[in-house]
Amino acid sequence: MSATDPGAASVAPISRRRVFAMVRRYWYLLRGSWPRIVELMYWPTIQMIMWGFITLHLRDSSTWVAQAAGVLLTGVLLWDILFRGQLGYTLSFLEEMYSRNLGQLFVSPLRPAEMVLALMTTSLLRTLIGIVPAALLAIPLFAWNVFSIGLPLVAFFALLLVMGWAVGMLVTALLLRVGLGGESLAWFVVFLLIPVSAVYYPVDVLPVWLQAAAYALPPVYVFEGMRAVLFEGAFRWDYFLAAVGLNILYLCLGAAAFLWSFRTARVKGLLLQGGE
Amino acid sequence: MLRTSAVKVEHLTKRFGAVTAVEDISFEIARGSCVGLLGGNGAGKTTTIAMIMGLLLPSAGRITVLGEDMLRHRFRVLPRINFSSPYMELPHRLTIAENLAIYAELYEVANPKARIAEIAETLDLLPLMTRPSGKLSAGQKTRVGLAKALLNAPEFLALDEPTASLDPDTADRIRGYLEDFRTQSGGSILLASHNMAEVERLCDDVLMLRAGKIVDRGAPTDLIGRYGRETLEEVFLDIARTPGGENAPPAEAAQ
Repeated sequence: MSATDPGAASVAPISRRRVFAMVRRYWYLLRGSWPRIVELMYWPTIQMIMWGFITLHLRDSSTWVAQAAGVLLTGVLLWDILFRGQLGYTLSFLEEMYSRNLGQLFVSPLRPAEMVLALMTTSLLRTLIGIVPAALLAIPLFAWNVFSIGLPLVAFFALLLVMGWAVGMLVTALLLRVGLGGESLAWFVVFLLIPVSAVYYPVDVLPVWLQAAAYALPPVYVFEGMRAVLFEGAFRWDYFLAAVGLNILYLCLGAAAFLWSFRTARVKGLLLQGGE
Repeated sequence: MLRTSAVKVEHLTKRFGAVTAVEDISFEIARGSCVGLLGGNGAGKTTTIAMIMGLLLPSAGRITVLGEDMLRHRFRVLPRINFSSPYMELPHRLTIAENLAIYAELYEVANPKARIAEIAETLDLLPLMTRPSGKLSAGQKTRVGLAKALLNAPEFLALDEPTASLDPDTADRIRGYLEDFRTQSGGSILLASHNMAEVERLCDDVLMLRAGKIVDRGAPTDLIGRYGRETLEEVFLDIARTPGGENAPPAEAAQ
């Protein structure tokens, strides 16, 4: 009697079909609104242009900047990967709350893990759409090609994107608890990380007690690693492995927070509401 | 003939802090039957449906849907059941075609294009398929919600006030679709409604809820006869206005 594909609607833990259905849903949203696509590219590009001019200004007065002309530009582009990765994850989830669609989704066979995978995939797409044009524009505008970093750039990109997802999971866990009244969490929570991530300055600039906090976060290893590549031409495997380990830890914490919050939402009936 | 249950609810209770929304209710929905859930606002209808569909965890009790324990194995059942409510919407910016395509994928429907076309034709949605869901009238939204709910040809369909805020013509057409669904697919329905005529027309059995408890149950004609009334609406009013008289017909009906 059921029209469901026999065998496909199995008890398999993850269905690729459902994951890509959700990715399609978010793609339809983007595709249907050119201002959304422009907005994705707008801020990374503006940031890049601003930091490009700051670099031009500092190049003559700062030996640190002069040693590696692209250090600030690369920093801003990499930070945007973390920020956009988190935002792409969280805003896609918020779309479900805006449209009061969570109840519909979770009476379907969609599992929370499939939703998380779809949000990660969408976050990757949104981040690429936002960052790549800014990185390409930096080549003619400021004679800086971030892609010249090569394979280490792929590692930095992946590490920051994964940290963005971990923060995104934490924020969506909070949103499930507090509803749309906590919408602004999507925009400001990640900025707690920026002072201790050593994006634009070396980590040893921080007070010693704050350095301890910084070293507990993956981004600091990425940005220190970035400077090692730019200043010394060396890829620091120790930094890379530390960031991978911490990312796994934070991803697990984010997933646990989301699943716990999802269960609480099922206890309290929050999936039925979705509003403020 | 022995009919197996599509849904079996045993001693179901839901508490939100100090408030008991549903208290120790038990009932069964036979395969192929339609059961109405009647009660005033806050009686516990939506809470009961949400627990059956797995959206809400009960404080106590057991729910078996299509032979599976919903609390332990809901993902085995969810592909075979569906739900529609005017209070849960589909993404506004997506067109009807896009929304239905996504839900067809979520339910892993075989031949999704053909299935969507078939349902769209049945529910007179074909001229609207490219329209964003947020730009539909209440009646059109209800039909789209029903189309989503029928995509996987569910064996069990839960409907929360499916004709709320619809004009009589549209509401009548929706009831017609639901009758067709039952006769053509043999699916079971749990229908929460405030519309007594709708319940009389569609339901084999009725559960009367008040303050989270089932205060009476039976076939619509039996209830009408038992309370000495002419319509189910009068029975509903008797029950709703009986002070503290759970599980007992009003005095005049008992005489």
